[in-house]
Amino acid sequence: MARGPRQLLAQPVADALQSALPGIVTAVTDEWLEVASDRVDEALRWLHDTPAWDAAQLSNLTSVDRHTHFEVVYHLQSLDLNHQIVVKARVADHENPVLPSAYPVYKGALLQEREVYDLMGIRFQGHPDLRRLLLWEGYPGFPLRKDFLGIGHGQTTGLQRFPFEDKAAPDRMINAGNIITGERHSGDAAHTGGGHH
Amino acid sequence: MPASTEPYVLNIGPQHPSTHGVFRLRVVMDGEVIRDLDMIVGYLHRSMEKLAEERTYTQNIPFTDRADYLAAMSSNLGLALAAERLTGVAPTERSQYLRVIFAELQRIASHAMANGTLISDAGAWQTPLLYMFREREKILDLFEMTCGARLTTNYMRIGGVSFDPPPEFWPALAELVAELPERIDEYFELLTDNEIFLGRTRNVGIISPEDAINGSLTGPALRGSGVPWDLRKAEPYCVYDRFDFDIPVGTVGDVYDRFMVRMEETKQSVRILQQAMAEIPSGPHKNDVALALRPEPGEIYSRVESPRGEIGFYLVSDGTPAPYRFHLRAPSMINLSLLREMGVGSSLPNAVVTLGSLDIVVGEIDR
Repeated sequence: MARGPRQLLAQPVADALQSALPGIVTAVTDEWLEVASDRVDEALRWLHDTPAWDAAQLSNLTSVDRHTHFEVVYHLQSLDLNHQIVVKARVADHENPVLPSAYPVYKGALLQEREVYDLMGIRFQGHPDLRRLLLWEGYPGFPLRKDFLGIGHGQTTGLQRFPFEDKAAPDRMINAGNIITGERHSGDAAHTGGGHH
Repeated sequence: MPASTEPYVLNIGPQHPSTHGVFRLRVVMDGEVIRDLDMIVGYLHRSMEKLAEERTYTQNIPFTDRADYLAAMSSNLGLALAAERLTGVAPTERSQYLRVIFAELQRIASHAMANGTLISDAGAWQTPLLYMFREREKILDLFEMTCGARLTTNYMRIGGVSFDPPPEFWPALAELVAELPERIDEYFELLTDNEIFLGRTRNVGIISPEDAINGSLTGPALRGSGVPWDLRKAEPYCVYDRFDFDIPVGTVGDVYDRFMVRMEETKQSVRILQQAMAEIPSGPHKNDVALALRPEPGEIYSRVESPRGEIGFYLVSDGTPAPYRFHLRAPSMINLSLLREMGVGSSLPNAVVTLGSLDIVVGEIDR
């Protein structure tokens, strides 16, 4: 739906990757391509080494808990060609998520993978120093998982409804009925009651 | 009988004058040489990414103040832009200029702090730091008269900015922009020919351009190694493409180059401010948008050039008013990817200056 200003369409990248390493691409949209999670290091190495894609820098590495599986998301970029490629790996095993580390390709994965391990509990095989980063060894559980502290069994996390929104038209993205008209001070509602010190 | 040495463990921090935040380095020393180095972070961890999943996009803006508390404007801007790209809301024309003005003021203030503390680390205790703080103070006054806060500005909004600057803002800004070039020259005179400072920073903590790119370094840490990569040019956001400015880069990639890149960037920020002040259109400072935006299910990774590098926001929407996943790409943390490699084999004083030159903000590392 939303691509960054310099983000490549994923389909041509996926086609090239698929023909170089058959069977590696498992899904494609306009925005991102998904690769087999046990071969993600191969895919990254190929994108890094192939001059046409020149994925020289791992710009961002993060993960998403999709309840039944995890997604690990790699935002790659070429500084010379000034483009961005988004690669995802779907980790199907929600109980024991493991995939190869990107560290042999990108040194920049060192702390980012430690962070993902720490907060989401995904292990990266081949990482030289996979320890918790922000929390301490022995911390119970992985806080960014959706079922952390048992929340999520029969309950929904997140914010389903904003208290002040227009209940008559909750699905409208920009809700004209919500706009406060008439006299108002030059600031906005989010500024009242702020805890500035 | 040959003298033998025994390695010992030295803790730097959690609180130490050279780390304006709670950051701990555990180093194994063999005499004067560092044999191993480990960073221990998380003392300021506030679980922002988890908390963000229960708040609307606008309600999350104050969190970004508390991530990089020395460049709140830049982090505010990063989230506002990401949320705008996700929801399709457009900011007003005037607010685009206001965003540039405040982001550049923030860059000057943040670089003053970074270079001031770096000089402190190098042994020039406090005096240069306080010189640097003189201009930073004036910039924080400008923030305060506009949005009421000096550090936690909470200024950028989805669709614009929270307040239009008051009438007294513009003459104060003009005065500051007029005197800044002279002040910057003063710092150059004070420091850049200082033999002790050169001795402490030249050829120390060298990062090659290949390592800098592979290690995901961004911002002055990357440009100091000679890579001309700046998101304001590479992926212009707001109205940066309308302004004329250069990207200063280093040649050696040492501490001195990173220091000089920040000094030169301050000059470039002044150039941008002059142009933005002259060209800013009148009009509303903010579009009215609903309190609770419900973006279509989807995701966006959007980034801006903060004083420390690429601050990115990865937002995943599931159609509810709050993000399903909120990830802040913290340049302060990722710029430390090479710290261990660089530290091992060097001496303790050099490691401290190197750390200072990477300009970390612990609130952003820990989130």
